[in-house]
Amino acid sequence: MNIQFRESTEAASPVTAKTAIADCDIHPARATRTELYPYLAKRWQHHLEIYGVHAYQGMMEGPPYPKAQPNASRRDAYPPEGGPQGSSLSFMQKQLLDPNNVQLGVLNPLNTGQGIRNHELSAALCSAINDWQIDKWTSKDKRLKASIVVGNEDGMAAAAEIRERAGDKNFVQVLLLSRNVEPLGQRRYWPIYQAAEEAGLPVGVHAFGFGGNPITPSGWPSYYIEEMVGHSQCQQSALASLVLEGVFERFPKLKMVMIEAGFGWAPSLGWRLDKVWQRLRSEVPHVKRPPSEYIREQVWWTTQPMEDPERREDLFDVIKWIGWDRLLFATDYPHWDYDEPSRVLPPGVSEANREAFYLGNAKKLYGIC
Amino acid sequence: MARHVIGPVDELPPGTRKFLEIDGRPIAVFNIKGEYFGLMNRCPHQGAALCEGPLIGLAQSSDPGEIEYTKLGEIIRCPWHGWEFDVRTGQSYCDPRRFRVKAYPAHVEPGASVVKGPYVAETIPVKVERDYVVVEL
Ligand code: FES
Repeated sequence: MNIQFRESTEAASPVTAKTAIADCDIHPARATRTELYPYLAKRWQHHLEIYGVHAYQGMMEGPPYPKAQPNASRRDAYPPEGGPQGSSLSFMQKQLLDPNNVQLGVLNPLNTGQGIRNHELSAALCSAINDWQIDKWTSKDKRLKASIVVGNEDGMAAAAEIRERAGDKNFVQVLLLSRNVEPLGQRRYWPIYQAAEEAGLPVGVHAFGFGGNPITPSGWPSYYIEEMVGHSQCQQSALASLVLEGVFERFPKLKMVMIEAGFGWAPSLGWRLDKVWQRLRSEVPHVKRPPSEYIREQVWWTTQPMEDPERREDLFDVIKWIGWDRLLFATDYPHWDYDEPSRVLPPGVSEANREAFYLGNAKKLYGIC
Repeated sequence: MARHVIGPVDELPPGTRKFLEIDGRPIAVFNIKGEYFGLMNRCPHQGAALCEGPLIGLAQSSDPGEIEYTKLGEIIRCPWHGWEFDVRTGQSYCDPRRFRVKAYPAHVEPGASVVKGPYVAETIPVKVERDYVVVEL
């Protein structure tokens, strides 16, 4: 089929016309397979060529192509110079940052070195992707800030990577994924939380990852659509684990950001945890307060996917429970479930809450003035 | 309703589409198996350039396990969130009561009638002996 694409997508509207925003979930991609090689020791370059990468993944070797759209991305986001969506800084500036008046963009690279069975390779790839984020993105556009990608299954190696990057203003958070070998509250991950707390960096938990477990607690689903909703189930078990293993109690200054798994389920998870905690408290005496208190004090939420109930009052009720100071706007660019900044928030929100939602909360959390 | 000449027929062969702006509105014109359709190039959901999506078919099911795939190449799928619309009518398939895309009638006119008017030629020099795709809006 012969498809003509227009030269450019939407004409950029004048920047000043739009409210300044933070975009707390942007996915930069590599333009070529070997783009990370300059940041990798020869030993690992050779290793990749000879053995490749093995994830903890049941049933399949990697993410199935193309997940609703090629590279799970917007079809209008291919850079004009070629390469996959999200791989060109200049096109990202033109399509996302400039027209939407993005003041702060938080980069969350996926399919990097996380969840790899060879932990040394995992650490090397994560370190490489962190160098690459500075070189290719944050040093070239001051609006962009990077997440420290860490080899999550090796807590000590991950903590070392965090300590090495701590204090570097290019980085504003530590990045984990929701699908891990074990639930995120367990001890193997504690060194990560300790290092992040020491560094004063929030820990983002992005949906997805390679843990080898099915996305649903009842097995492997048939459809991609089940995987999409499974992300919220997965985040719920991650959050329950963080509370019940006592992570928030042990690391009281730790801040977690739940990324890309919705937030409409937060109140009911909080209610349910509180109720069972009242009855079963003695099993987990290290959890000293009602679980929802930790959640409301130490957890932030990105908006994409923004809940979209029929009655906007329902949305406002949920946000009231979470707190207007806890939501961080995100587009998820260039992925196909991208949220358009001007279209996600229904009318009826006060100016102060709008400002917090689009920019203020993110600036405060990530320490950007 | 104004009629706009948007190009000679041979510049829009079957399976192709053309993007243009008419009276400040983004429009796409499709040639689907020799028939022409005009559609507003803006998704009613969050405003993506709708017509840059792929043309697919319509998957329907009367019973689990029974799948019918019809209207091949006649359903436009939004490049952002994948909402589906019928190119012929602009009808939405995920929420037909609330959403539709404006559809504009398009067809072919011989050069002789186009030259006489009342047509607006979109910066296209028109020759009498050719056929042209015309959109009404
Ligand atoms: S903008 Fe088209 S489906 Fe969302």
